[in-house]
Amino acid sequence: MADAVDSRAKILASIRMSLGERRQDTVIAAEYAGIMRDYRRPEERTREALLEHFEDRLREYDAGVYRASTTSIAQVVAEILASRGKAGLAMPAGIPAEWLPDGFVFTDASGLDEHQLDRVEGVLTACTVAIAETGSIALQNAPGQGARQMSLVPDYHLCVVFASQVVASVPDAFDRLMPTASLPTTFISGPSATADIEMTRIKGVHGPRFFDVVIVAD
Amino acid sequence: MNAPHQQPHQWHQHEFPEAAREMLENSQTRRNVQHATTVIQDKRNRVVGELPEWQDLREAGSQVRAHALRHLDHYLLQFEENCTRAGGHVHWASDAADARRIMLELIQRHQAKEVIKIKTMTSEEIGLNAHLEAHGVRPIETDLAELIIQLGKDRPSHFVVPALHKNRQQVREIFQREMHLPELGEQPVDLATAARNYLREKYLRIKVAVSGANFLIADTGGVCILESEGNGRMCLTLPDVLISLVGIEKVIPSYRDLEIFLQTVPRSATGERMNPYNSTWSGVTPGDGPKEFHVVLLDNGRSPILADKEAQQTLKCVRCAACLNACPVYHQTGGHAYESVYAGPIGAILTPQLLAMKEGRSLPYASSLCGACYEVCPVKINIPEVLIHLRGKVVQEDQKTLSGKLGLWNIGMQAAAFTLADSGRLSMAAHLAQVAQKPLVSKNGFISWMPGMLSGWTQTRDLKAIPEQSFRDWWAQEHSTQKPKEKANG
Repeated sequence: MADAVDSRAKILASIRMSLGERRQDTVIAAEYAGIMRDYRRPEERTREALLEHFEDRLREYDAGVYRASTTSIAQVVAEILASRGKAGLAMPAGIPAEWLPDGFVFTDASGLDEHQLDRVEGVLTACTVAIAETGSIALQNAPGQGARQMSLVPDYHLCVVFASQVVASVPDAFDRLMPTASLPTTFISGPSATADIEMTRIKGVHGPRFFDVVIVAD
Repeated sequence: MNAPHQQPHQWHQHEFPEAAREMLENSQTRRNVQHATTVIQDKRNRVVGELPEWQDLREAGSQVRAHALRHLDHYLLQFEENCTRAGGHVHWASDAADARRIMLELIQRHQAKEVIKIKTMTSEEIGLNAHLEAHGVRPIETDLAELIIQLGKDRPSHFVVPALHKNRQQVREIFQREMHLPELGEQPVDLATAARNYLREKYLRIKVAVSGANFLIADTGGVCILESEGNGRMCLTLPDVLISLVGIEKVIPSYRDLEIFLQTVPRSATGERMNPYNSTWSGVTPGDGPKEFHVVLLDNGRSPILADKEAQQTLKCVRCAACLNACPVYHQTGGHAYESVYAGPIGAILTPQLLAMKEGRSLPYASSLCGACYEVCPVKINIPEVLIHLRGKVVQEDQKTLSGKLGLWNIGMQAAAFTLADSGRLSMAAHLAQVAQKPLVSKNGFISWMPGMLSGWTQTRDLKAIPEQSFRDWWAQEHSTQKPKEKANG
């Protein structure tokens, strides 16, 4: 049986034999730079139209959508938690204190393991960027967003999105994500779902079954 | 060369025509497949139609994938360097046996008796589950459809929705029996909840996970996985050890390129603007996800495909299965008829090539060449072109053997080539056939039975008899006796 080093050399040799003459790195880079990216289109919608589009897309996934101003975040969070019947939420490190209403219990979840996360009522996070066209939010390992399991194990996720974080399209989102591309990143589009039974989207499999978004005008 | 039993992705009990005949007799499966593919195609067409830039996205996706393949060694080495720098371990597996050995060693190093798995085609390709079970490790599938397949002791028939051939009543029966839930309802939400409860305890307990990947990202050394249910995220973040088994062709140059594929793949695969969850990560991150991360790069017959300039495009495939959903042959037969992990039009070109054209040779013929697969492919793989190219290869291979050379097909085709190459010979042959057919022609002018190999044509349809006067004869006659009519003014 071939050992590890052999397999690596064998595969690379086989690829090179198939491909023939090798190109210099600069030639490869130039070829890559020449790839047509005509799919990028200028955005014509107004800011408010874009936010409404984002809201529509989220609702189609069956996410709850709320609006707030920079000074009313805590108040809106309180209303959502009351309507959901929650006594409090877990949260990653870095959530600003002014988002947190009185009368509810907010616990720092950064030290919790998955068993403890499985028992919390839900989680409150921020995000890095949101995409109007697809109704997606992207979370990274950053303050206010935390480790990936935090927005996964609890059954409820409440995400605060600032209007300035909402971009029109997927390529626009990548413009913002490129500088931190190596961080663990999760794109979330609605509550967890499956289409595995008769190709019908059914909400609620392993991730959070309930998902709300607060859009904050800033 | 590997013996067939070492290549589990080719089940190879029958060639396509026999396997297809068997599938066609199962009307329940056919109804399920028809229903699911119709639903998904409608959804796909709707969300694709929303994007005026769709053709530009296809073109860009095609160019990125083709570029990565043309410089595959360069990008694999770049991936290896960046993944290693980020704390990951990269292994290279030249064939299925090699990959099974590496995977088992990594799992045994952690004394794991159970592993949780995200749906991965490469794992099916190398027969990983059977190998692990034979060595005392229990693999647990976490994707809902894979769980249905595993608990039902079935085989996948589609690579995005492996249990597409099962309807909700059949899924309920499997879950009732295997999860001991006699009261389980048959609504999809009941079934999804049963899977959630069955697996949650396992996510929290099992410390080693196995995955595939949608993309390897050279410039970040990262991996990208698209999924719906969150089972993928559970496997990617909760265990201590994650092992991803990925075909070498899956590398893309830059994280930036995901801006194309995250638009085209969800729309093509499940007809959604975006699937619920996409994960990207590079190596290990303290306090976030596994402490140990391995990527096993799998060749297993891929690198020789790069040498064939016309068929190389097969490896651009992003496994969205849009070609399966669009294919009129797949609609009728379902996935099992292809006798391979890789079914449908893409399977018909990928499977025989992975097997160096030594097996699965009937697969390039499992198509009507209608071109629907090419039209929906988000990376523009010209499947009909490759099918014809591979048919040529099958014939060339056959002609190398004595039995192939003396076979009826070869002799018949050589005779046809000789006849068709010359108009005099063609005309002579037509006259001969016109006379020879006479005993077979019925009163209505059709032939409904032909002898020998020709019977294949008349088994399901009648053949119009050759007329007494051929078009060529008619043309010659018309033009010798009268001048062509003046063109009418239009």
